[in-house]
Amino acid sequence: MAAKSIISRPVYGTLSPQPGKHHLFITDAEGALAIAEMAGSAPPGFFDDAEIVFIPGPDGKHTAALQALRPAQFHLSPSFASLLPRLRQTLANAHMGLRLYLAGTEGLIGQAMQVALEAGIDHTSIQTEHRGSLARRMQCVHCKGITENVTTQPATCAHCGLLLLVRDHYSRRIAAFQGVCINAEDRSEIPPMEEVFR
Amino acid sequence: MGITFRKETFRDDFTFRNSPEHIRRFPFPFHEDAYMYAVNIEPHVVGPKGSVLENLIDVDEHYVAEMQDRALVLAEDPLRCQSLPHMTLAGWDLLELLMEQQALGYPEHFTLTRDGDRWRWINRPLGIDDTFTFGDTSTLPYGPMEYITRQSQGDFCILDQRDGNLWMDAGMVTTQADWSLDFDIGMNFFEWHAPVPLAHEKGIFVRALKFLTNIQQGKPARRLNWTMTINPRLDTSPENYHKWGPDRATVTPENVGDKVHLRVELQSFWRLPRSNGIVFPIRCYLIKMDELVTQPKWARHLHRVIRDLPDELANYKGLTRYRSTLVEWLSKLDDGSPTNPGFGPD
Repeated sequence: MAAKSIISRPVYGTLSPQPGKHHLFITDAEGALAIAEMAGSAPPGFFDDAEIVFIPGPDGKHTAALQALRPAQFHLSPSFASLLPRLRQTLANAHMGLRLYLAGTEGLIGQAMQVALEAGIDHTSIQTEHRGSLARRMQCVHCKGITENVTTQPATCAHCGLLLLVRDHYSRRIAAFQGVCINAEDRSEIPPMEEVFR
Repeated sequence: MGITFRKETFRDDFTFRNSPEHIRRFPFPFHEDAYMYAVNIEPHVVGPKGSVLENLIDVDEHYVAEMQDRALVLAEDPLRCQSLPHMTLAGWDLLELLMEQQALGYPEHFTLTRDGDRWRWINRPLGIDDTFTFGDTSTLPYGPMEYITRQSQGDFCILDQRDGNLWMDAGMVTTQADWSLDFDIGMNFFEWHAPVPLAHEKGIFVRALKFLTNIQQGKPARRLNWTMTINPRLDTSPENYHKWGPDRATVTPENVGDKVHLRVELQSFWRLPRSNGIVFPIRCYLIKMDELVTQPKWARHLHRVIRDLPDELANYKGLTRYRSTLVEWLSKLDDGSPTNPGFGPD
């Protein structure tokens, strides 16, 4: 679980079955376990109206566990980027009564929520559960480039190379934490880089 | 007679100065010898002649130079001005407000004439004379918010009100004290204030939001905020922090008076009539220490405030690196005598 932090930092919950006509699950890696656990409390036939989209982790595990839930649709995607066109269309065509469930890494939850917001879905209506890595997506406030899977504090911007303090300040619209130059006032000060977001 | 606009810069050679009259009208933010957060909001009503409150939208001798600096910032980084798609109507509300207030307060410099939806706006200091159709964006060279805020001093945030909260959904922000509109746009009141230390625990934002969501049309409110800036630089954005941050390491006992500036924000809050949004102008006033200490009462107040500021606040305001140099310099101007309460100069 992520430690308690400032108000803009997202807070995740525990998935629970919601009343709705259609249920869309987007998940990666160990997020699959959150769905499998939720299934235990789901009413009979719940997954008859469900679509599960899964981005397996590097170990490729948990696919069978999700298929065993027998959702109406099941889709495997190699990456979030490859999922985007399909997800955009699904959300654009969605009707009232669609419920969205996001489970897995912070990067996955944040990016899927970003697409949902663009489709006009209110963020408070989305079920989320964090599982797995705490690695962060970070936007460099200086060059605006996004660096994926940041695990260290400070972290180097993959675009402009500045050494950045990874703040807890988070933008849902950008789906990223803010990175601000940590040694702007004196570039010769190089604080040690520690692995903190695992 | 009108205002004599100064030719000056807020970057490179930093020729910005305040005239003696502008030093005396500076909105000094401390009325006692200590500072802590408070919901210091009061009705935004007209104040004494010659003060920055003489008009509700203040135009001063720095107007032309500030607008030139804004144009330079926008040319470099257009993301400093953004408006989410549902905010265009609020942009027209703001255009009306600023044209009306500037024409009312400074008729020798600004003229607004209306014939139904056909409006003519004359801005003499900037050499603008435009006729347009109110509500029709295609008749202006920019969107309505950008058009009028390229001609108005201060930053502007337009807040949408829904779900009992305020949402930062549009803004022109080029003179900010280290926050990013591009990052914060779309956030609610609590989210964009999330990085501010101590104030959440004191319940400041809950009370402030309650107050702001109840602001009525025609009854604006205001508060002062402050920080310090090295050199008279308007654009102290996080975007450019790696460019201006090194300035903070250049303060020496010899140059404190010239380099260190008190930066005061006069924030006002106005209900907008058509969109029901709130516009939040953040008007920035700068004064260097040499100018400020010409008023001995201000020198004493400021010395005591900076000396006794909690470390967390000093750090948040970015004072840490030069605070001791500044306090040492100010201490020589503080004879320890009591200061009269109140904001005004001696």
